[in-house]
This record gives sequence, C-alpha cells and structure tokens, in this order.
Amino acid sequence: MSDFDWLFFTEVLVGGLLSGVMYSLVAIGFVLIYKTSGVLNFAQGALLLFAALTFVSLVERGVPFALALVVTFALMVVIGIGIERTVLRPLTNRPPITLFMATLGLSYVIEGAAQLLWGTQVHALDLGIEDIPFDVGGVFISQFDIFAAAVAAGMVALLSIFFRYTRIGLAFRAVADDQFAALAIGLRLPWIWATVWATAGLVALVAGLLWGARLGVQFSLSLVVLKALPVLVLGGFDSILGAIVGGLLIGATEKLAEVYLGDYFGGGIESWFAYVAALAFLLIRPSGLFGQKLVERV
Amino acid sequence: MASIANDLPVASTHPRWLIPAALLAIAYLVIPFVGTSYLFEAILLPFLALSLAGVGLNLLTGYAGQVSLGSAAFMAVGAFAAYNFNLRVEGLPLVASIVAAGLSAAAIGIVFGLPSLRLKGFYLAVSTLAAQFFVQWALTKFGWFSNNSASGVIDAPPLGVAGIGFDSAAGRYLFALTVVTVLTFLALRLVSSQTGRNFIAVRDNDTAARIIGVPVLRTKLLAFAISSFIIGIAGVLWAFAYLRTVEPAGFNLDRSFQVLFIIIIGGLASIRGAFFGAALIVVFPLVLSRLGAFFLGDIFDSGVRDMSQRIVLGGLIILFLVLEPDGLVALWDRSVRRLGSVFGRS
Repeated sequence: MSDFDWLFFTEVLVGGLLSGVMYSLVAIGFVLIYKTSGVLNFAQGALLLFAALTFVSLVERGVPFALALVVTFALMVVIGIGIERTVLRPLTNRPPITLFMATLGLSYVIEGAAQLLWGTQVHALDLGIEDIPFDVGGVFISQFDIFAAAVAAGMVALLSIFFRYTRIGLAFRAVADDQFAALAIGLRLPWIWATVWATAGLVALVAGLLWGARLGVQFSLSLVVLKALPVLVLGGFDSILGAIVGGLLIGATEKLAEVYLGDYFGGGIESWFAYVAALAFLLIRPSGLFGQKLVERV
Repeated sequence: MASIANDLPVASTHPRWLIPAALLAIAYLVIPFVGTSYLFEAILLPFLALSLAGVGLNLLTGYAGQVSLGSAAFMAVGAFAAYNFNLRVEGLPLVASIVAAGLSAAAIGIVFGLPSLRLKGFYLAVSTLAAQFFVQWALTKFGWFSNNSASGVIDAPPLGVAGIGFDSAAGRYLFALTVVTVLTFLALRLVSSQTGRNFIAVRDNDTAARIIGVPVLRTKLLAFAISSFIIGIAGVLWAFAYLRTVEPAGFNLDRSFQVLFIIIIGGLASIRGAFFGAALIVVFPLVLSRLGAFFLGDIFDSGVRDMSQRIVLGGLIILFLVLEPDGLVALWDRSVRRLGSVFGRS
C-alpha cells in the first residue's frame, strides 16, 4: 500500500462527489413532494424526462432558449395542477402505498405522453457549457460538473430560504407537519399540493436539463429515479439536507467501489452497489441519516 | 321486503367449488382441442405464467403487506435455476428441477427479505429494488448461470414428465395449467390456514399481531420465502413453457411492475384477483393494437402503439386505484350479485 496513488484517489473521490450532486438534484424533487404530502413520487423521473424532452424539442424547433425555458416551466405547472386534480384529490386519505402505486401509473402515463408527443429518438442538448476538465493541484475536475454542483447548491439555498422565510413556505411546512391541523386553520390543501408539484416540476426541469446535457435527452433519462432512490433511502425521504449528503455519499462510495472493488466482482457493479450500500446503512439506522424518527411502538 | 331479499348472498345456491371446477373442466377438456396455437402462444401461456407470479406476489403484498418491486428478479432466479438444475444434474426429472428452482428462488427471497425485519413501507419497497438489480447483474455477468452463452440467453430443455412429451403448444399449455392449478390450490389452502391469518395480522397491525402471539419476524420471512417460491416457478413457466428462449434482460424492472399492476388491477389480497389482473394485462395490449390499427391505420406504428399502451396502462392503474381499490374481483362480485338479484326476482 506504500505506493497508493493518493492523487488518483482524490480524482475518483471528487468525480464521485460531483456525480453525487447530480443524484441529489433528482432526489430533492422527491423530498419536496414527500415532505408535504407523504407520497413517494415515483413519477419524478418521468417528469424529468418530460421537461427535458419538451425543452429540447422546443429549442430544436427554433424557440429561443429563455422562452423555451419559460414555456416548459409553464407546462410543468399545468401538469402539477392536473396531477393534483386527477390523482391526488380523489386519493386523499388513502394509505401512502396506494398513492405510491398511483404515481407508478402516473410515471407510465407521463413517459408515454412525452414520447408520443416528441418522438423516441435521442436528442443532444447543449447548454453552452464546455466540458473541459481543468487542473486543480494535479486533480482534473470537469467544468460541467462544477457548474452542475453550483446549480444544485443554488437551488438548495433558494428552496431553504423559500421554506423558511416565505408564507407559502410556512404553509408547506405546516402541511408537512400535520395535514389535519393545516386544514383546520384554513390552509387550502389542494392549492398547496398543486404548488408543491409545480415546484417539483421546476426541480425536474433543472435536473432534466443537466442530466440531459450529460446523457442526451432520451427515455433512459427517466431511469435516473433509480439512482435517486438509494440516495433517498440513505438521506431520509423528508430531508433536503439528507438528499444532498446522501447524494454525495452515494456518489463517492459508488465511484470508489467501482474503481477499487469493481475488479473483484468483474465490473459493472454500479447498477446495484448504491442499493446495497444504502441497505447496509439502513440496517444500522432505519430512518436514514436525517429522516424523521418514526414513532414505533414495536 | 324485496330489498332485504336482494341483500342475501346469491352464491349460496351453489357450492363454492362449483365455478372453479367448471372452469378447470373447460380448461382441461375443451380448450386443448379447440384452441389455436395463437391462442396458446400469445394469450394462454403468458396469462398462466403471469397469473402464477401474481398469486405469488399477492401472498407477499396483498396478504402480508410487504410491497416488493423485485418480482422479476425472483422469476429470473427460478428460470435460471431450473435451467441449471436440468443441465448439470444428470437424470433429474423435470418436475424435480422445477421444485428445486422454486426452492432456490425462496432462498434468494429470504435473503432479500431480511431488510423487512427492520424496514417498512417505502424504505422496504425501495430496498427490494436491490434484488432486482443485483440478480439481473449477476445473471448477465457470470457466464456460468447461462452455460456461457452470449449475453446470458438460455434455451428451454424439452418439456417432459415420465416420458410423455409436452412440447407442442397445447402440451405446454397443459403443463403450465397443471403447475398453476396445483400451486394455486396450495396458495388457497395457505391463506385460509393459520399462516395465512398470521400474514394478514402482520399486514394490518404488526404491534397487535405481536401481542396476540404471532411471530412477526418469522412470518415476514416466511411470506418472502413462499411468495418467492411461487414467483420463481412462474419464472420457470415463463421461460420454459411460454418463451422457450429467455435472457436476463427479459426479467427487468418493467416485468416487476407488470406483476405489481396485475395484483392492483385484479385486487389485492385475492387469489382470484391475480387471474383477473393477468387476463387484463395480457389481453389488453392485443386489443389495443387491433383497435389502434383499425381506427388509425398507418399512423399507429409500433412506436405509437408502445407509447399509447404505456399511457393507457398507467391511466388504468390510476383509474382502478381511484374508482375500484379492491380491483376487478370486487367489480366482478358486484356484477354477479346484481345479475343474480335480477334473475332471482324474475
């Protein structure tokens, strides 16, 4: 171990942390909805696909960048309201697992609709950020990754301020704490849910653009939910901080494991390693890193 | 008075085994002789395999309340285990390798059921995804499982029991039908036994279950084991009787969701429900593509078909959850009651 390459180790670690930020971006969308309505929204990946596909198709049809962004966001708001009307409202007061299955159905609908509307071919998405790695003390870091990390940090800051200091944010927290109490003091639950889903749509749009620029905009984009789920399990479903820390942890361990342990398993372990790592952690702390402690009487 | 008479159960006019027995008689004595090979290959064989997977998942999710998103993984374990037992153990009868495959799936099921001892709800559902990805990876990665064939594809051995071949379409149908009948019967016995009631107790309130003396942890693991056993054998049918050639990629997450959808649409905690749900899931894409081709003509190519299938399927799930949470079974029972009361009066 004397000739352990620390430089290489750092490079892998930093790469892992930065790709973890990308996972966190997706996970935040889940957390928003889970916090306020107790639903694990499996359709987040489909929303992400829908947003990215709509945006890229608009841009390809000659719509200016900013306008395409606005139009796509408007569309996500409409979808958010639509979901509240057609799915959440009729299912109020049903067990959470029923709502989860409804979002599974929802993800099928949105994925199908997105591809029926815009086609199934792969679109390239250029955000105008050059992906040139630059050198920090011998460690190469991708410029694009830094940009993604900055966007994620900005979004988390914005969301935190929004949750803490605005009236709507306060209402969100009230609903998250106790739906019945929130209703009793006159908060309009349907309106709040629609807003939350629209916000999740915005997060999906941002995450979709970043992931789309990385992978190309195509169906597999909706599979990034599968990368975000272990992050959620690790960080706790209801903690934005948890989503960030969980993302970083998963990103880093996944890359390190792939590089240092991958050979023993014959490679390709990233498809399941995050799950196993999250599971191993959960066996010690069942509510995740920052999740609310469930009051269990058993 | 008339309204009271209408509320009386109509089903009491005939014994409970009558309808299943009649259906079985038709399935064994009529369908093999009148069915076309399209009916066997495209409808009945996938229907039987998926029904059985639905029965297995329903034991775990519907009765014992543990949501699993990894059913396809256990189907894959069953299929590949049966293939290997058949290939590597000289002179092992087919039935024995199928049972051994089920036991292998049960063992894997217990391993991936271990998190259920500490986790609940969403955390558990997500952790079952670990099974999905791990199994698919292992089967593709290690050539041994597929006897080193390219990309893990396996070919089914000839089906035969005690020297009688079942390789024709009708033969494979009869083979699958028999397996499904036997296991469904066992599942029905199970849910009305003490074990089945323990499952329900754990699902409804595990604190209460523990207080009345149900061994909660053992019951959960048992549910995983039995469910995986049945789903594993469903995987064998899927691979050996239906497709004949399968690869690990065929048992992907979409397949897991398909099985989950079957029990949601059919009805949670209902053995019959799995059959209703599977029938809908198998027949509806065929109907949809026929209808689409008929009404839309050339626009309705395979891409459009796949996408509209996804949309309609997703929509159906939401519709069922909203309007009929107890699934097709409840719808069916209600219709039968209505019809019964209409005919009973006249």
